[in-house]
Amino acid sequence: MIGTTHVGSAADVPMLEGRAATVDGRRIAVFRLDDGFAAVDHACPHAGGPLSDGIVAAGCVTCPLHGLRFDLYTGVAANGDARVAVHEVVERNGELYVRLAAVEMRPAA
Amino acid sequence: MRILVVGGGIAGQAVCEAIRERDPDAAITMLCAEPRAPYDRVRLSYLLAGEGTLEDLRLRPDEWYTDRRVDVRLGAPAAALDPDTGICTLDSGELIEFDRVVLATGSDALMPPIPGIELPGVFAFRGPEDCEQIVAGAASAKRAAVIGGGLLGLEAARGLAGHDCPVSVVHLMGRLMERQLDDGAATLLRPAMEELGVEVLLERSTEAIIGNGRVSGLRFVGGEELECDLVVVSIGIRANMTLARGAGLECERGIVVDDSMRTSHASVLAVGECAQHRGIVYGIVAPIHEQAAVAAQTLLGHASAYEGSVMSAKLKVMGIDLVTVGAAEGAGAAVVADDDAGVYRKLVIEDGRAAGAVLLGDTRGHELLLLAVKERREVGDPLALLAEASAATAADLPDSAQVCNCNGVCKGEILAAVRDAGLRTPQEATATTRAGAGCGSCKPLVAEIVRLETGDTADAPTYLCPCRRQTREELAAVMREQGLESVSELTAACGAGRDCGACKPGLAYLVSEVCGNRHREERHARYINDRVHANIQNDGTFSVIPRIRGGVTSAAELRRIADVADKYDVPMVKITGGQRIDLLGITKENLPRVWEDLDMPSGHAYAKAVRTVKTCVGTDFCRFGLGDAIGVGIELERRMEGLYTPHKVKAAVTGCPRNCAEAYVKDIGVVAIEGGWEIYIGGAAGSRVRKGDVLTTVETGEQAIAVALTFLQHYRENADYLERTYDYVERAGLELVQAAVLDEQSGEPARLRERYEIARAAADPDPWRERRDLVSPRQFAELDTEPADLDLVALATGPPQGAER
Repeated sequence: MIGTTHVGSAADVPMLEGRAATVDGRRIAVFRLDDGFAAVDHACPHAGGPLSDGIVAAGCVTCPLHGLRFDLYTGVAANGDARVAVHEVVERNGELYVRLAAVEMRPAA
Repeated sequence: MRILVVGGGIAGQAVCEAIRERDPDAAITMLCAEPRAPYDRVRLSYLLAGEGTLEDLRLRPDEWYTDRRVDVRLGAPAAALDPDTGICTLDSGELIEFDRVVLATGSDALMPPIPGIELPGVFAFRGPEDCEQIVAGAASAKRAAVIGGGLLGLEAARGLAGHDCPVSVVHLMGRLMERQLDDGAATLLRPAMEELGVEVLLERSTEAIIGNGRVSGLRFVGGEELECDLVVVSIGIRANMTLARGAGLECERGIVVDDSMRTSHASVLAVGECAQHRGIVYGIVAPIHEQAAVAAQTLLGHASAYEGSVMSAKLKVMGIDLVTVGAAEGAGAAVVADDDAGVYRKLVIEDGRAAGAVLLGDTRGHELLLLAVKERREVGDPLALLAEASAATAADLPDSAQVCNCNGVCKGEILAAVRDAGLRTPQEATATTRAGAGCGSCKPLVAEIVRLETGDTADAPTYLCPCRRQTREELAAVMREQGLESVSELTAACGAGRDCGACKPGLAYLVSEVCGNRHREERHARYINDRVHANIQNDGTFSVIPRIRGGVTSAAELRRIADVADKYDVPMVKITGGQRIDLLGITKENLPRVWEDLDMPSGHAYAKAVRTVKTCVGTDFCRFGLGDAIGVGIELERRMEGLYTPHKVKAAVTGCPRNCAEAYVKDIGVVAIEGGWEIYIGGAAGSRVRKGDVLTTVETGEQAIAVALTFLQHYRENADYLERTYDYVERAGLELVQAAVLDEQSGEPARLRERYEIARAAADPDPWRERRDLVSPRQFAELDTEPADLDLVALATGPPQGAER
């Protein structure tokens, strides 16, 4: 079983924004959505764009470099053949905890 | 087969293209007499008007010729041709063997054999060199005269007037463009030309060009004289037949060709302005493509016949719309005219059939009328056909209707290209079919046709939020009605920005603009650049460009920049095109530290905002300077900085019309002239190159700044998000912009200035101060992590795990 990691406090991630974090050597992006938090791998599989810097709406993040848009609950791109790994994240007492997905996602072709 | 094409003009190029389209293997050699690849001579007037460079006129890039194995010889005029042996001798003495040869030698300008025609200061209007010399002469000329009031003469005159050179058109006949126009249209054209600053002198026969060592005037039959120190001769063209005559080919007014485009020698063909077909030498571009296609068929052994073209001409003078088709006069005609509006639309009828059309001031539906004339369509009710043409949209045109006369492209070809290649935009359609790549006057129609095929509605408004189909105006109205102050409130009120989020930066701009920068800022609606005030690069690092007003810096600033570059191991330090310095490859975490060490304000180089004001040294050091470019430029930048705009705004102030600061191609350009300043708007030098329009001329630098700021505010309030000034000015029309920005009696300029002041007062001139006053605790930093001992399953409220499981 993969361990749990504290990734700072909920207040560190503003509403509908993302922040980067490194968990067990893996770069992830943590987002605050209207109804909770979400976390996915940080690098866009297309060209490595920093997803934590993307614009968030309707549970999706848009990569700031070339506009691929990923569903933060499924990791699947809405406008291309790509997907990112989705990690578990919960808030407790104002603190955020992440558990990495076991499976490494295949990079997009 | 070895095919030799003699001539590197539009005709020679058209022949090469027509052959290559039909035969991938034929060996093609093209001889260009001029030292340059084929260019669009039809658009020379743009060159004269300073609206483009020779490079813009080029028909095809170098790769086109290499990719298609067309051997182009530049600066290689042919000296002699022997059709029987199949040998062409170049000026250089080189011999080229051929199986077939196509003569596309074009024409020369007709120069009247009058005294003084050889005087310095007298030019033809035929090639780029002529344009260059005419433009150079116009800069110092007190008055220019254009001999010849035909299409080219009028375009030349307009070009000269555009250089602020007083100009007179001298015409032999009693009306302008008498070969294409009837009295009615010519009567309206004259005042239209005069309004553009061109004096029109009719019924003047130039007897001599006078001058002692240099032209000083014209003398007309009857003794009247016109003082002028620059003369442009544009009375007609003469087919260039030297080579053909030497080869023993039958020549009259042109090289005589039959319907298969063959000359009197079976292995020699002729195309374009040098050819005479059924007694007619065409001096216009459209027939060239039809002739070239037939010539290519003939060369490749396919029967094909050219049966003549309908003459059609379009005056390329900005501010005058004029299209003529076929005959201007005939047995019958229907005319619709509005003298006050300067509109004249006429359909000429001969034997009950469409024979010609003249459209001035309103050229809608000319494609339809051209087709009717080509088909010699029976017309029972000419007025009804005119009305139908007025109302015609792209959908009404048959597929065979020619849309682009410059490149001979029909509607059907554009539709097929869009369909087959899956094109989405008019730009792609132009790149693929070349429709619209010539004079550009058919671009709106090309766009309409592309929309027909792609399914976008012809007059679809530009939606700020495409998901919810809401326009900028609608959303602004919602904000004002409900007193909204943030993107979230706007989303809650009407859903804009809720779905894909792509429009959120646009909404953020709208919110800031409508509220005069007294909105509630929400960074989630901003693009990353505007969250951390730096420009994201392809590797996720950022570029940092501090403000260097007017491009003027100091040793101390440069030292600090150098120290920062050292301290942070900046991978690249680059001088930008906007006279600033770019530090590339800075990590997000380092941004606040870099700003602190630089101790310079943000240059807003990452934002849809006012960027920079380029300057030249103006009167400070330059011996040509007419105005204080640096002083005015720095002040203008100071007064604009920190203001966000629908798209980026680049500006320049230059101290004289030599334009070293490139003010003609900026969104806002200020140019010092003798006794004042010109303000240009809507210039571009990016993916598009466009010379700005003169908004107005003022006396002082302070007035120039005031006008520039008034325009800036007008643009901020009226342009669509991501619409550059050059697109906005073209869409809105210069007149509308001038009325809004300059008509003080209306009160609008004063209101614009007031709203500018309000917005400016609340704008943040230096967002880099957020380094000391973060808007969120981890604005620039990553989240801190540490291992935790926690049973997540028990708490699981988050999203499901990786979808691949």
